[in-house]
Formats: sequence, C-alpha cells, structure tokens
Amino acid sequence: MQAAAHTDSRAHDPHHEEPGFWRKYIFSTDHKVIGMQYGVTALLFMFFGFCLMLMMRWQLAYPGKAIPVVGKMLFHLLGADMVGKDAAGNVGVIMPDLYNSFGAMHGTIMVFLAIVPLAFGAFGNFVTPLQIGAPDMTFPRVNMVSYQFYFMGGVIMFASFFIPGGAAQSGWTSYSPLATVTAGSQHPNGQTFWILGMVCLINSSLLGAVNFITTIVQLRAKGLNWMRLPFFVWAQFVTAFLLLLAFPPLEAASVLQLMDNLLHTSFFLPTGLMVSGQVLHVSGGGSPLLWQHLFWFLGHPEVYVLILPAMGIVTEIIANNTRKPIWGYRSMVYSVMVIGFLSFIVWAHHMYLTGMGTRIATFFQTTTMMISIPSVIILTALFISLWGASIRINTPMLFALGFLPMFGIGGLTGLPLGFNASDIQLHDTYYVIAHFHYIVAPGTIFALFGGIYYWYPKMTGRFMNEFWGKVHFALSFIFMNLIFMPMFVQGLEGMSRRMYDGGASYAEGGGVTGLSKQILGLNVPISHAAFALGLAQIPFIINFFYSIKRGRKTASDNPWGATTLEWQTPTPPPHGNFLKPMEVFRGPYEYSVPGHAPDFTPQNEPDKPEPLMHGNPVRS
Amino acid sequence: MSDMHSPSVAAGAADEHSIEAARKHIRTYLIVGVALLCGTLLTVWASLIDFGSREINIALALFIASTKGFLVAGFFMHLISERKMIYAVLSFTTFFFVALMYLTLFSMAHGNIVHIR
Amino acid sequence: MEIPYAVKPRPDTGLYNAKLGIWLFLASEVMLFGALFSSYILLRVNAEEGTWPHHWLNIWLGMTNTFVLIISSVTVVLGWASLKMGQFKRYKFFQGITILCALVFLGIKSVEYRDKFMHYEVHLKDGRIADGHLQPAETTDKMLVLEGRFVTNHAELMEGSLHHGGEPKIEIPKDEIISMENYGPWHNTYTAIYFTLTGLHALHVIGGAIVIFAIWGPLAKVWEQDPERYTNRVEVSGLFWHFVDLVWIFLFPVLYLL
Repeated sequence: MQAAAHTDSRAHDPHHEEPGFWRKYIFSTDHKVIGMQYGVTALLFMFFGFCLMLMMRWQLAYPGKAIPVVGKMLFHLLGADMVGKDAAGNVGVIMPDLYNSFGAMHGTIMVFLAIVPLAFGAFGNFVTPLQIGAPDMTFPRVNMVSYQFYFMGGVIMFASFFIPGGAAQSGWTSYSPLATVTAGSQHPNGQTFWILGMVCLINSSLLGAVNFITTIVQLRAKGLNWMRLPFFVWAQFVTAFLLLLAFPPLEAASVLQLMDNLLHTSFFLPTGLMVSGQVLHVSGGGSPLLWQHLFWFLGHPEVYVLILPAMGIVTEIIANNTRKPIWGYRSMVYSVMVIGFLSFIVWAHHMYLTGMGTRIATFFQTTTMMISIPSVIILTALFISLWGASIRINTPMLFALGFLPMFGIGGLTGLPLGFNASDIQLHDTYYVIAHFHYIVAPGTIFALFGGIYYWYPKMTGRFMNEFWGKVHFALSFIFMNLIFMPMFVQGLEGMSRRMYDGGASYAEGGGVTGLSKQILGLNVPISHAAFALGLAQIPFIINFFYSIKRGRKTASDNPWGATTLEWQTPTPPPHGNFLKPMEVFRGPYEYSVPGHAPDFTPQNEPDKPEPLMHGNPVRS
Repeated sequence: MSDMHSPSVAAGAADEHSIEAARKHIRTYLIVGVALLCGTLLTVWASLIDFGSREINIALALFIASTKGFLVAGFFMHLISERKMIYAVLSFTTFFFVALMYLTLFSMAHGNIVHIR
Repeated sequence: MEIPYAVKPRPDTGLYNAKLGIWLFLASEVMLFGALFSSYILLRVNAEEGTWPHHWLNIWLGMTNTFVLIISSVTVVLGWASLKMGQFKRYKFFQGITILCALVFLGIKSVEYRDKFMHYEVHLKDGRIADGHLQPAETTDKMLVLEGRFVTNHAELMEGSLHHGGEPKIEIPKDEIISMENYGPWHNTYTAIYFTLTGLHALHVIGGAIVIFAIWGPLAKVWEQDPERYTNRVEVSGLFWHFVDLVWIFLFPVLYLL
C-alpha cells in the first residue's frame, strides 16, 4: 500500500530528499503511514485473538477431545503441561490452565491489541487529520513513538505464551489475589509479562490521546468551527479524553500489582491469605477490592473507547449513503460529550456483587441508567437519519445498517446488568458475555469493517470487490447472531463464565438442579457458528489483499461523493495531505442541499451567489 | 554572541512580557518561592503540635499543602493567567480524580461493606 | 512540511501546540498520582488500629528535599524568564542550578532508601523483637549487630523517632533468630506505598532532569536558530518540573509528617 503518491507536495521543496525505505515505512512520522501500521498490526492481533477463541470453543463443544490439526502443533509449541491427550490417545486437548490463559489473552488481545488500536490508532490516525484539514498530527514523532510502544506491548503479550508457565491466566481483568498467587512463584511469569505489556499499551494510548486532542483543538482548518466537525472527529475527540484520564489509574494499579508479584508487597493481598492450605508469607494489610476499583475505573471508560469511534464511522457512512444530513447532529454531539463525562462515574456496576453497601450501589446504578440516555439518543438519531432517505446499498452501508440493531440489542441487554437487583442473577454468566459481544462484535467490528470498505478507495485508489463484500457481511451477520443470541439463554439459566468444561460440572442430574441438557447442548451449535464465522472472514481477507492491485479503480478522488475533507485530497494523500490550505464554509453533512445541482456539497466549497428567482433571493 | 539576540527576542516573543513586565514577574516568583519555603517550615512545625485529634493535623497539613500547590500552579505554572481550554481540561481532571478517590473510599468504608452473617 | 502553531500560538485558543500537549499530559499525571494517593488513603484508613507506622522517615531530610525542589522550581521559572528577556547566559546559570538541585534531591533520596534497606526487624525465639540498623562491619557469622532496641510487642514498632541514629548497639546471637526482614517495600503496606510513591516520583525527577539537561546542553544550539521555539521548549519542560515539585509538596506531609 503506497503512502506517498507521485503528487508529493514535497516535490517542489528542493531541500527535501525522498526518505529511504526505513524512514518511509518503518520509522515514519506520517500519520497515514502510522495509521496503516496500527491497522495491519491490529488486524493481525484480531486474527490471533479470534483463533484463541476458536480453540476455546472447540473445548466447550467437545470437552476433552483433541483439536484436529492444530492440536499437535499446540503440543509441540507449548508442551505437555498445557496440552494433553484425549481418551483415544490423540495429543491436542487444551488443559484447564491453557484454557484459562486463552480466555484471559483473548480478552486482553481483542480489547487492547485489536479493537482500540484499530478504532482509535488506525482509523483515528489516518482519518482525523484529513477530516480537519490538517497536514499531520501536532506531534508526528510522538505519534511514531506511540505506535512503537503499542508494538512492544504486543510483542510482550505474544511472547508470554512461550515462557514457562505460559501466558496470563487470571482473566483480562487480572483480579488480585489470583493474579499474584497463580503460577506459583516462577518469575517472570505470564502475569508479569501481562503487566509489562499493559504498561507499554497504556503509555501508547496516553501519548496518542495527547496527540489527538491537541491536533483536533489546534489544527482545525480555517472556518472549521466545533459545530462543523464531522461526528467522527467528535467521537475520536471524546475517546481521546477517556484514554487520557482513565488509563493512568490502571497504570498505577499495574505498578502496584507488579510489585505484589515481584517484590512481595501486599497492596492487594489481604491479611491471612491462604494459598494451597498455607498462609502466604507476605505482610498483608492490602485490599483486593482496591485493584477492582482501580481496574474498573479504566475498564468502564474503556468500553466507551471501544464503541465511540465505531459510532463515528457509522455516522459518516450513513450520512454518505442516505444523501441527507444526519438528523440531530447537535444532539449527537452533546450526547457524546455527556457519555464521555458520565462514563467516569459508573464503574462500580462491574462490582455489584462485591458487598458494597446499598447506598453506593444505588449511586452507581443511577449513573449507569443515566448513561443509557445519550447512547439511545445517538442510536435514535442515526435511525431517524434513515427516514425519507434514498438509501444507497453498498458494502459499507450494509455494515453500518447492521450495526444499528445489533448495537441496539447489545445496549438494551445491558440494562438488566445495570440494575443491581437483576445483576445478582446475571453477573458473571454467559448473559454478560453475550451482552458485551453484541456491542463489540456485530457492533464495533461491523463498524470497523464498514470503515475499511469505505476508506479503502481513499487509501489505495481502488474499490474492494462489492459482491464478496456483501457475502462477507451477510455471513458474518448470520453467524455472529447464531453465536451470541443463544448465550443470552445460557446466561439466564445461570451458566457461569470462564468454565473450562462448558458447564458440565454444574449439569442437573441425580436430584440436583443445575444446567439443563438443552442449555449445555447449545455449546455445540454456538461453536459451529464460531467456526463458520471464521470461514466467513476468508473472502474478506482475500478481497482485502487482492483489491490492492486488482480492485476496480476509482474514477475520482471522491468516489462516494462525500462532503468531508478527507475526500478533497489526491489519492492516496501525499505527505502533507492537501495541495492547498483548506478553508471550510459549511457543515459536515450538506447532502442534497436545495438549490445545489449535485446531491452533495463538500465542506470546503465556498458559498456561490445564487441567481435571483421570482424576485426572491435564494439562500445557498 | 547569543545575547545579541535579546532585542529581536524581546520584540518578536509572543508577549505578555516586555522587559518591565518581566521584572515584575521575577519579583513575584521570588516572593512565591519564599512563601513556599516558609510554608514548608510551617507544615513541619504544625505537624509536631498535638491538637488532640489526628484529624486536625491531617486537615491542617493538607490545607497548607494545597495552598503551596496553588501557589506553584498559579504563579510558577502561570495557571492564573492561562487560557480557558487549559482550565477546562484541569477542571474535568480534578472532578474525575475526586470522584475516583471519594467513591472508592466510600465503597470500601467499613460502614458500607455488607457483612454476611 | 510545517506543522502550524508549533511556535506561534493559535489565535482563538491562545496556545501553541506543545503547551496544550504538556497540560494534557500533566492532567494524565494528576490521575496517575491521584490514583496512588487514593490507594494510600484507602490502605491507611482500612488498616487495623496500631498497624500504621508514624514517623518512620527522617523529617529533616524530607524537609531539606522539599527546600531543594522548591528552589529548583524557582530557578526553572527564573531561567525561562531570562530567556524571555533574551538573557541566554542567565538562563544557563539558573537552569544549571535546577539540574544540580535535581541531583541533590536524588542523592538525599538514595540515602533515605539505603537507610530503609539497612533497617531490620528481627524476631527472636524468646518472643522479643529486635529493631534497628544493621552494622555490617561488626556482624559476624555468629552474631548479628544492630544499632537499635528491643521491644516486646509489634505495636511498639509503629512509633518511630524524630531523632534518627544515636541508639545503642545491640548484639543478637544468630541462632536465636526466627526471622528477619528489612524495611523494604515488602515489609508492610506503609513501606510499600512509600517506596511506590517516592519511587515513581523519583523516576519523574530523573526524567524531567534528563529533558531539562538535554535542552540546556546538547540542544542549546536551537536558541541561535529559533529563539522562540527554544523558549517554548524551556517553558514546557519547566511546566513538567513544576508538576514534579507539586507532587512532592503533597508527598512530604502525607508520608513524612502524618
């Protein structure tokens, strides 16, 4: 993928030499190259995290059976501690510890190494400066360093699978004391690597957040005032604030947990803790709940980091393919700011079952209920934007349309979790898994897929194949629903999360109530749907690479007929982005403006005096 | 030498500071510096006095520290004449920090934990 | 390709880029240290009666360090003011003092840390506890020599003394020792949070000092090429330094005095 076009704006600058391969593609400070680096790395990690899930789903559907093909590979890579033999003597059964580490790492990788870097690092970096008419980020070198921190964090997380004891096993939430006492006293162990990896990733996000906020505040083009910003930019702006202010407490907590692990402090270890029947030899006096508070103080804003950029992408695509302005733009802007603010004071709804008093639980329940309001406003505005539109169906629009009801389901199913009372039944069950996966998988990931299909022509000058794009959408939509909808049922029955045997040890029988055969039996079709979902991504992967060189060429720099500034650059955009300084005269979604011949008016198009009609001046 | 730049810097610098204004600012910095040093002595002295209740010592120490902090932020960091944008960022930060501290403390206060009988 | 507003402020915000950038970064640092302070408060409030130490740190060393950082804050801002007035040599002088102050601070901190690592709590078979500073020169294979005292119950150790040193030497036969542990981070939650807070702070002192030194020394030639850009860099690094001082202003009473 070419980052520098032949129409390089540096061509006229005699002092600027063309940088070599390393400065141009590896150690680049250009936001577009960095964005693509984030994108490629993130997609690779998403694939890896997906594979972890597939192996877990095999174990859940066929407990104790060796994984075909992959099983032997795992055994050779990870050894007999992690990978066992099945009843028939075949090698390749995931052992409980390995299952736990797959679970912990699937969550960690998907959240911190895949979705956030893709939504914020990749799309944010590539599109934001373009959409505000800026030549680059305010701090290009800091931008490069933030990618490098991310890359290092990824390497550390990946490497953790191959050290003695394997990767972290205590959930993506790494609760103490389990995270400290697990894996014995082997150092450094997977948890240590997890913490060090997190520190790198947190620093990457902090630097990125500083860059994004400063860029959006300082480098907006002339005439681009706040209420003319594309909603995508607003979403990235609020997301950056969430990262900036919510991550540091987790960094602090990570340092504390690292000290518990390596230096035998007791920040999170209570007095009198017993491990394997023996009192642990530490000073005690710590508090496991302290870790939970500090973790979830980040953990909750983090989930808004996962969804806000997706809402931004979906808004851009919907505006473009309805050929209408977004309904309720102003409300959406205020809503996203309110979401950002409230997201900081809802976190303990993840801790309803820790024994907090009713007063404080009610506080968090109240703020949690409040935060659903702006989310609904945004979703409603997007739905209403479809009303009366001449909807153009293409692959990006299909993903954007699919996002709407899927996020609706995900969001609504959050309500019983947000209520303290109903959460007693649902906490830590498969209902929770279904809830958040609906938001992230057919929610955010759909938006990200849509964004890839949408901005691909700007990056490469070619379209991805439409037919296979639609196939990708349809199959993904069907299988994601087949995976996660049954999980609501399993969770309502009480099936717990993070169970290696798929719930078999809680099966009903012998007069004891428990999980029914039907509920446990759902594990099989869910896993089959997961395998099918994996197959459904193959056309996407092939399409993505094939279209770089063989996709249908775009006829112009603005093939979708879009109004926002990123489409006013050459394709692909050169270093410095714009051939002349941008000046903005109008809002971001001026589609089908009465009195204008084309059905869209780019933001940088100046007002033209309109001819008088019937003696009345026509406002343009 | 490098000091020959002074006229161009004074003229070209983005400026709240002409030479006279700079001199006044320097006086302010020195006064604030002395105040901070005195505040430190005060903190130590106050901590050695027994007021009867621990809470008073804590409140006093934090009050003096906050005053010193305000002086550093307001005058050395020029917050007192800074832009709205910076105030906005810092107000949100303060609010969230206070929320983190108070809500966590409140959730974990002994009176608030549910005890299972 | 020039990034706009890198040196001259943007008219509507009144800020140049790095100034907004550093304040945003400082906001995140407020949250970082704020989380640690909250942890401190929580651990202390929830500690059992009689288990939280008092006056375990040398107040006079702490006070000296506070003075040192305050002075360095003054010199940092005086250095910047000198640059604003075009007086490069005065800036060099003031900023040099800043860097020296940083080194003095770190030196005193090292002395304090070493003091903690040499301070041992020794549990004896007869139920007594010996507590004091290890005297390595006098300790033999058979005899442990501390400069300290014997106590009968653990709670007595919680009250430190305002006068460090000058305690008698005590001898403990090594075969009477059940266990011994120094006052490192593992010793109790107070030492844990003390080392974490001051350790993280010290890392920030080191980082800030390195940046200030780099601008003062190797990168000083930027003053010749672009004095306004150079002055901005000094201002931005100065803001970071003031924040480091600000954190210590709270650390000192919280950890040393209360």
